[in-house]
Amino acid sequence: MNRRFAGLVFALGLVAGSYAYGAEQVKIGYMATMSGPTASLGTDILDGLKLGISHCGGKLGGLPVDLVIGDDQLKPDVGVEVASRMIEKDKVDLVTGIVFSNVMMAVAKPVTDAGIFLISGNAGPSPLAGKGCLPNFFAVSWQNDQTHEAMGKYLQDQGVKSLYLMAPNYQAGKDGLAGVKRYFRGEIVGEVYTKINQPDYAAELAQLRAAKPEALFVFYPGGMGINFIKQYAQAGLKEEIPLYTTAFTLDQSVLQAMGDAALGLLNASFWSPDLKNPVNEKFVIDFKATYNRLPSLFAAQGYDVALLINSAIEAVEGDLSDKDKLREAFKRADFHSVRGLFRFNNNHFPIQDFYIREVFRNEEGVLTNKTIAVAFKDHADAYHTQCEMK
Amino acid sequence: MDPILIFIQALNGLQLGIMLFLMAAGLTLVFGVMNLINLAHGSLYMMGAYLAATLQQQTGSFLLAVLLAIPLTILIGMLIEVIVLRSLYDRDHLDQVLATFALILFFNELVRIVWGPQAYFMAAPALLSGSMQILPGVSYPVFRIGIIAVGMAVAIFLYVLIAYTRLGMLIRAGATNREMVGALGVNIRLLYTLVFGLGAALAGLAGMMAGPILSVEVGMGESIIILTFVVIVIGGIGSIRGAFIASIAVGVADTFGRVLLPPALASMVIYVLMAAVLYWRPQGLFPAHG
Repeated sequence: MNRRFAGLVFALGLVAGSYAYGAEQVKIGYMATMSGPTASLGTDILDGLKLGISHCGGKLGGLPVDLVIGDDQLKPDVGVEVASRMIEKDKVDLVTGIVFSNVMMAVAKPVTDAGIFLISGNAGPSPLAGKGCLPNFFAVSWQNDQTHEAMGKYLQDQGVKSLYLMAPNYQAGKDGLAGVKRYFRGEIVGEVYTKINQPDYAAELAQLRAAKPEALFVFYPGGMGINFIKQYAQAGLKEEIPLYTTAFTLDQSVLQAMGDAALGLLNASFWSPDLKNPVNEKFVIDFKATYNRLPSLFAAQGYDVALLINSAIEAVEGDLSDKDKLREAFKRADFHSVRGLFRFNNNHFPIQDFYIREVFRNEEGVLTNKTIAVAFKDHADAYHTQCEMK
Repeated sequence: MDPILIFIQALNGLQLGIMLFLMAAGLTLVFGVMNLINLAHGSLYMMGAYLAATLQQQTGSFLLAVLLAIPLTILIGMLIEVIVLRSLYDRDHLDQVLATFALILFFNELVRIVWGPQAYFMAAPALLSGSMQILPGVSYPVFRIGIIAVGMAVAIFLYVLIAYTRLGMLIRAGATNREMVGALGVNIRLLYTLVFGLGAALAGLAGMMAGPILSVEVGMGESIIILTFVVIVIGGIGSIRGAFIASIAVGVADTFGRVLLPPALASMVIYVLMAAVLYWRPQGLFPAHG
């Protein structure tokens, strides 16, 4: 036989052979903000994800994992570029990570339209929970408004009569305050939007003091939170106007930078390091041993992403080619997460409990959170009825 | 707004202005005397903050940390000047922007490698923490008053330096006409290194004063460097007096803008101010060059 023909048949045989049922590995594209001031969020989720993979025996659903890491630099256009490269060049089976909602809104349709599953480790913008819900999209974390709704409900239950609201002037800030107002029925004495990454809040704090509200709710993630909390405490406002916020302001990765200013402040969260269930206890202990720091809620989200993917691939017995079966497996979410039992709503966002936590210093002198109350049990997001999926 | 609130906000504006002045003074000197656009000025601000925060954790004393961190920042500044910037003096401003932008990226990564990506904690010294009653019934954070005091002291120091010392005379001459100064036999290279060191010290000091109230994190210089450029453009390149007046003006305008206007308009106030000044006086308020 012609040698070239034999060679061609051999090559084709090899290629055909690689399409056997049961893939040889699962290729996961992890894209997040890995540079700039908010890089710690991207690295935190990744650390959680990697710990989750190692807890599943270094494989997910029995398949070895090939992790491709990309940096969206908090720019939607860069995010789309990185995601396209992961899908077309690296041929990933799924994309996960995505810290920021603006990047998520840019990549959600392109990734899912290409038939690739998009598992959000953080961002949960409301369009994707409502009318724009997508079958290949799953949010392991939460829907953006939920955590703020939890604090709004707590304040309402505590009988607070007048509230002052502050947030940065961007979509997540507006969504956050909208979430609070959805459950808080008292008087809104002030609603102030400040510039993103504004360093100095002296002027706004003076206005706050003059307004004399009963309580203050803020949403200031990352560095903005550190600035605000420090300045709020220094202005002597902690004794005058109690502050309530969400975990994004008082999360583990920024607490140490705030020092005593953060002590005693209450925040809402879907998770806390002291949640009593075996999965969470193992997660916190091993995270501390591996990375020499306590996990933040972002790391917990990354860990749950690994567990979800593990449960889905196990359910389809490693066969990644049948997308419908894989989608059903994701929807079933048959795993125990760090927050207890986990389930998705019709729009592929979680239905979960929300807690109120307080900042305190543990025995090692490290600032962390402890759970003091339950704000919501089995809380669904406000947009799921607008989603057409069942 | 009642008069007390207006007074408090004016004080806030003054304090913000003083903080900007610390940054702007160094930047305008470097731009004016050396004709160098230094985007990495914000990185020196960041290095000053990180060094002081680390030294404060090691020694437990804010004052000691600041006193040790300033010479360290000057050293870093002079190293940058000798290694990177010497070759840029004769080049186009755009080349300088590119090179100093690269320095920003370099320092951001350096800080992330050495100190980690998470923000660093810096405490206000015990003497300056908490609030004090400046008027009956009105309390104001002591540390911010401290910032105003330090800024005023620096302003007076710079005034004396520029107006009454030989170095100051060389700086003024260099800002007005650097070729002539070189032609008159002054060691321009040494002058440049000293001026850059002074700029670095001022930026580092600004970072150290900002550390306790702002977050010490990677990229902290970026948010303030833009404002600083606005200040020196309004004040006039090369003029310390211009930097002082402009920084107070920008600080007060920004503060009252945030308080009185909706957020979208508030963030425009300082740029509108800059455009207005440039329209009326294109060289800035107190230009150093003739």
